[in-house]
Amino acid sequence: MKRRSTLNAFYFLLKRDLILNFRRRAEIANPLLFFVIVITLFPLGVGAKPQLLQSMAPGVIWVAALLAAMLSLDRIFRSDFEDGSLEQLLLSAHPVSVLVLAKVAAHWLVTGLPLLVVAPLLAVLLGLPVDAMGVLVVTLLLGTPVLSLVGAIGVALTVGLRRGGIILSLLVLPLYIPVLIFASNAVDMAAGGLPVTAQLSMLAAFLALALALAPWPAAAALRISLS
Amino acid sequence: MFMRFFHRMASPPYFYVISGRWLPWLAVICLALILAGLYGGLVEAPADYQQGDSFRIIYIHVPSAWMSLFIYVVMAVAGGIGLIWHIKLAEMVAVSSAPIGASFTFLALVTGSLWGKPMWGTWWVWDGRLTSELILLFLYLGVIALYGAIDDKRRAGRAAAILALVGVVNIPIIHYSVEWWNTLHQGPTVTKFDKPSIHISMLIPLLLMAGGFKLFYLIAVLMRLRSEILERERNSKWVTALVGSEDRRQKTEDRVQESDVDPRRVGP
Amino acid sequence: MTFSSADCEPDKPEYYLEACDLTCVRDDQVLFDGLNFRIGSKQVLLIEGKNGSGKTSLLRILCGLGLQDGGEVKWCGESIERLGAGYHQHLAYVGHHDGIKRDLTVLENLHMAQALDQPGRLTIDQALEKVNLWGYEDVQAHALSAGQRRRLALARLLVTDNCLWILDEPFTAMDKEGIADFERLIATHTAHGGLVVLTSHHSLNCDGADVQRIDLS
Repeated sequence: MKRRSTLNAFYFLLKRDLILNFRRRAEIANPLLFFVIVITLFPLGVGAKPQLLQSMAPGVIWVAALLAAMLSLDRIFRSDFEDGSLEQLLLSAHPVSVLVLAKVAAHWLVTGLPLLVVAPLLAVLLGLPVDAMGVLVVTLLLGTPVLSLVGAIGVALTVGLRRGGIILSLLVLPLYIPVLIFASNAVDMAAGGLPVTAQLSMLAAFLALALALAPWPAAAALRISLS
Repeated sequence: MFMRFFHRMASPPYFYVISGRWLPWLAVICLALILAGLYGGLVEAPADYQQGDSFRIIYIHVPSAWMSLFIYVVMAVAGGIGLIWHIKLAEMVAVSSAPIGASFTFLALVTGSLWGKPMWGTWWVWDGRLTSELILLFLYLGVIALYGAIDDKRRAGRAAAILALVGVVNIPIIHYSVEWWNTLHQGPTVTKFDKPSIHISMLIPLLLMAGGFKLFYLIAVLMRLRSEILERERNSKWVTALVGSEDRRQKTEDRVQESDVDPRRVGP
Repeated sequence: MTFSSADCEPDKPEYYLEACDLTCVRDDQVLFDGLNFRIGSKQVLLIEGKNGSGKTSLLRILCGLGLQDGGEVKWCGESIERLGAGYHQHLAYVGHHDGIKRDLTVLENLHMAQALDQPGRLTIDQALEKVNLWGYEDVQAHALSAGQRRRLALARLLVTDNCLWILDEPFTAMDKEGIADFERLIATHTAHGGLVVLTSHHSLNCDGADVQRIDLS
C-alpha cells in the first residue's frame, strides 16, 4: 500500500478533531458565553458612563478574550488523555510536534474563530468607535492563535493533574501578557485614529515565533505528562 | 579536568560530602562580602542630592533584582541540562533554586516599593521594572506550583524544567513589552538607573552586595540540595550508613544513661 | 485459515527487541531490577506476574512511554530513545485504554489509525471481518460493547504496518471465541515475521508460535 506522509497525518488529525468538536457542538458555546458574560460584568462593576466604557473597551475585550481562551484550553488534550488516544499520538510514526500543531489548529478554529465574530458585537455594547472594529478583529485574528499555541504548552504540562485548571492559569497568563499589551494598545490607538502598524507587526512576530517554537515544548511536555 | 570534576560531582554521595566541607568557608566569605557591601553602602557612600538617605535601599533592591533574573537563568539552564542529559543533580539544582529565586524577586519588589513610598507617596507604582519583577514572580510561582502538584518527583522535575525553559525564552519578550507599555502610559519611574552614570563609590558596594548575594544563593542551594539528596536517596546504602552511624552513637548514649538511673532495678 | 504464497515474505529483515539491565522503582518499591531479555522476529514474549508486579510499567517502558530508573531498551541494537519515531513506526501498542475515540465511528477510528502509522497488509474491511465487527463500520464507538471495543482496538493492529505488537491484557472483556480468534491472529502475525510482547492473566494457546515467558513476581 502507498506510504502516507506526515502532511497526510496532519490533515487527518485536524479533520478528526474538527469532526469530534462538531459532534459535541453544544460544548463549543461555553467559552463564547463566558466571553460575553465577562464583558457584561464590567459596565455593571464600574458604572455605565460612556467615556469610561469607551476608554476601557480595548483592554476589557482583550482580557475577556484571554480568560475565555484559557478556559477553553482544557479541550485540547482532555478527551484524548482519558481514552488513551494521546498515547497513540505519542507512538505515531510521525513527529509529535506536527500532530500537536494539528490539534492546536483545530482548537483555534473551534474556539478562537468564534471570538472574532462575536467581539465586534460586544465592542458596540462598550461603545468602541467603528474605526477600531477592523483593528480589533485583526488583533484577535493574530493574537488568539498565539493564545492557543502557548496555552497548549501549559495544558500539555498539566493534562494529568487533578486540579490542573487552577495551575494552568498561573502558568499561562503571565505568558499571555505581551500579546495583551500590544493588542489592546493597537485597538486603543485605532479608536483614536492613530497608526497601528508597529503594534500589529509585533503581534504578527509573536504569531510567527509561537508557530515555530511552541509545538516542540508542547510535545516534550506531553511525553513527560504521560510517563 | 573540569569535566571530570563535574562528572564526580554528579554522584550524590560524593557531592554530599564535598559540599559539606565547603559550606562553612562559603558562609564566612558570604558574610564578609555582605557586611563590607552594607558598610560601603550605608556608611561610606554619599547621600543622593535628590533623595537623601532613602535611596540607600538600592543596595538591597538592585542586587536582589539582579539575583532574581540570574537565578531564573540558572534554573532554566540547570533544568535543561537535567532534561537532555538525564543528570539528577542538575534537575535538583533547578528545583531547589526556584523558591530562592522567588524570595529574591519578592525582596526586590518589597524594597522597590519601600523606595517608591517616600518619593511618590504610594506603596506601589506601575513602573516598567517593578511590573516586570512582578511578572517574574508569577513565573517563579508557576514553576513552584507545577513542581508541587505532580506526585512523582522525577516527572515533576522534568515538567518544571520545561516550564522554566519556556519562561526563560519569554522573559526578554515580557520585559520589552512591559517597558514599551510603561513609556506609552508615561508612569512614574522608580528605578531610573543608567549604568554609565553610576559613581564608583556607589558601584563598589553594589558589586560587593551582588557578590555576597550570589554566595548566599550558592549556600542556600547547596543546603537544599543536600536535604533533597538525602530524601531522594533515603533507601540507598550510603544514606542508611550515614544516618545509621549517628543512630548507633545515639543508642549507646541512651543505654549508658538508662543503666545509671533505672528505677526498676532492685538491688544486686 | 490458509496462507497463500503471497503471504510469506522470506526476504523480510530480522528485527529484535532487547531489554538491558532494566530497573524500575515506583513509590519506593523496586518492581524489577536488572531485567534482561531479547525477543526476535517470529517470537512471542509473555509477561506474567501478580497484579502490581510491574507488568504495565514494563510494557510502557518498552514502548518508550515510561521512563526507566536504570538500563535501556534497544531495537535492533539501537537505544529506542535515540531512535524516537524510527522505533515507533515499527510499534503498535494496545494498553489498558482502548485508544478509541468514542465519538467516531468504527471506520473513522481505523482510518485515523492508518493515518498515524502506515497502512498494513489488510484492508479495513478484511480486518473488520477477522475481528467479527463487519457490518459495524458506521456505528459510533460509544455504542459498542466493551468486548467489541476491545476487538476494535485489536483491529487497529491489523490495518497498520507494525511488526512489533505490545499488548497489555488484550483478552480482557473478551469471550472464549474472541480469545481463540485473537490467538490465531497472533500466530499469523508471528508467522509473517512479527514480534509480540503481551501480558495476560491466562495462559496463551498459540500453536506453532515460539513463546518465551517471563515472570515478574
